[in-house]
Amino acid sequence: MAASTDITAPPTAQHGFVAHSHGNAPGDPVPVQSRAGWLSSFDPADFPVPNGREENWRFTPLARLRGLHAGAEASGAPSAVTIDAADGVRTELVDRGDARLGKVGVPEDRAAAQAWASFTKALVVTVPAELDASAPTTVTVEGQGGLGYAHVLVVAEHHSRGIVVLDHRGSATVSANVEIDVADGADLTVVSIQDWADDAVHLSAQRAVVGRDAKLRHVVVSLGGDVVRISPTASFSGPGGEVELVGLYFADAGQHLEHRLFVDHAVPNCTSNVVYKGALQGESAHTVWIGDVLIRAAAEGTQTYELNRNLVLTDGARADSVPNLEIETGEIVGAGHASATGRFDDEQLFYLQARGITEAQARRLVVRGFFNELIQKIGVPQIEERLNAAIEAELERSMALVGAGA
Amino acid sequence: MSVLEIRDLHVSVETEQGAKEILRGVTLTVRAGETHAIMGPNGSGKSTLAYSIAGHPKYTVTSGTVTLDGEDVLAMSVDERARAGLFLAMQYPVEIPGVTNSNFLRTAKTAIDGEAPKLRTWVKDVRSAMEGLKMDSSFAERNVNEGFSGGEKKRNEILQMELLKPRIAILDETDSGLDVDALKVVSEGVNRVLAGGEVGALLITHYTRILRYIQPDFVHVFVDGRIVEQGGPELADRLEAEGYDRFTTPATTGA
Repeated sequence: MAASTDITAPPTAQHGFVAHSHGNAPGDPVPVQSRAGWLSSFDPADFPVPNGREENWRFTPLARLRGLHAGAEASGAPSAVTIDAADGVRTELVDRGDARLGKVGVPEDRAAAQAWASFTKALVVTVPAELDASAPTTVTVEGQGGLGYAHVLVVAEHHSRGIVVLDHRGSATVSANVEIDVADGADLTVVSIQDWADDAVHLSAQRAVVGRDAKLRHVVVSLGGDVVRISPTASFSGPGGEVELVGLYFADAGQHLEHRLFVDHAVPNCTSNVVYKGALQGESAHTVWIGDVLIRAAAEGTQTYELNRNLVLTDGARADSVPNLEIETGEIVGAGHASATGRFDDEQLFYLQARGITEAQARRLVVRGFFNELIQKIGVPQIEERLNAAIEAELERSMALVGAGA
Repeated sequence: MSVLEIRDLHVSVETEQGAKEILRGVTLTVRAGETHAIMGPNGSGKSTLAYSIAGHPKYTVTSGTVTLDGEDVLAMSVDERARAGLFLAMQYPVEIPGVTNSNFLRTAKTAIDGEAPKLRTWVKDVRSAMEGLKMDSSFAERNVNEGFSGGEKKRNEILQMELLKPRIAILDETDSGLDVDALKVVSEGVNRVLAGGEVGALLITHYTRILRYIQPDFVHVFVDGRIVEQGGPELADRLEAEGYDRFTTPATTGA
């Protein structure tokens, strides 16, 4: 008896280990299509207004987007932006005509094209060539209740090293593009924290191009907001590039937190590693994770792995997880993905309680443990502290929700 | 001196066919300083007894009482039972990803004692207990039971028993899956805990071999959800020689 059923960690292991599909299931609204063939444009008119049946919108509650996907005009008080820049890092507010903008990729959905067409001022953060900025540059966006469109460009010039944090708080309805340009030999960490108030709506397309022998660590932390939909995409402009996409999310009752990732390997000898972990609690908490990886024919020597894990803490929550790997060349080092969604493990709870630890504390330990590995990966102490505090706050809510126990 | 008293305990478990009674009237008293061995064939309900006392939610007590020094154990939550002085060394210790063993041990010790242990003595206690169990110091910083071999998990259980200092310890098939060397190391750890004479132990086992290293004062034969025979250590020797056949197949001979 009492065999430990560790459903939070099934033996997922490597790709191909269990039967799974790489395309659309029968009955899905859109036929199988290569990720490479997606429409991209700066002009919102090129995209029909989504109706929810499209592959890339089918999980998103469109009715709660307040028109961000359908041409809503900016209104109300704009978000207040404060910047705390590391020594040597340049930050500027520029007009939309600035020649540096719009160079990193092209919007791939209506909301991103709309955001491009609608923003008035863009924030440009530049880590100058060969600067080693170990302190983070923090951009705090404090929502003031209005609806708006935003644009951010982060440039890490060649052989620089820097950390840029976009910290979103308050109430706002915002759609944004974030361009991330990592030049040859640069090492950049970008952290996007969504710690919004309960009523915020946030769409953000975060596109990165990583140069020769350059490294990008992209971290997404989604905790607050009514609807948050972050779409990080990464591609490479030279061999030897390395991308690490890390994500942590914690959905409460009624929240919709969606992360749509795309890593486009079109250049040889690049590496990508994706780890997203989420916890869900409360009625109608919903998370969506889409992980698309495309290894094009030219991308020999590619190494890629993506992992998504979800921990469902209470009844009534739903986690969707769709890894998708397309491989057009066999000359690669490795490619794999794993996805696992499990409920809170009662055997873990029993084990900890049998050592005198109260239920509330045991739940905290397990959830903290679940995220711990990820938080350690981030490697920026200030961010780690902030995340630990945020997770503690979420756990406080969790305990109130679970009610009973200690 | 602590006393665990089990009186006419009936326990059932939910199955697809409805509630199934596993324990059918168990009566047993374990006093501090006593070591009781519960021996029986697979499926006899030995482990159910252990987990019912610890409070596993899978089991429903339908009648009977369990008290520790007169306190109603069955009214307590799982963690309250542990804080009252009960300890269960599990047959299948659970992995807790992302939680280091040292964090877990300190958290448990703080919960049991009601205050954080003094840092200097605690670190020393952990280190010497680990050395005694021949556990590499790296086990402190590894996640709880994660990637541990079967033997390492059992050592980790006994490590917890040594550090948490229960009043009554229940060891559920602690010998299963151990080679002789590991069995000796684990048994020595148990004996260190029992040596003071202040801990009562309930040793659940299928085989007699652990009883060569841990000397029981009483042996109880457990069959079909109840104790069918009791005796001293000599009963274990007889079981070693004869097996359980005479208890399980009274009408026929052989298996």
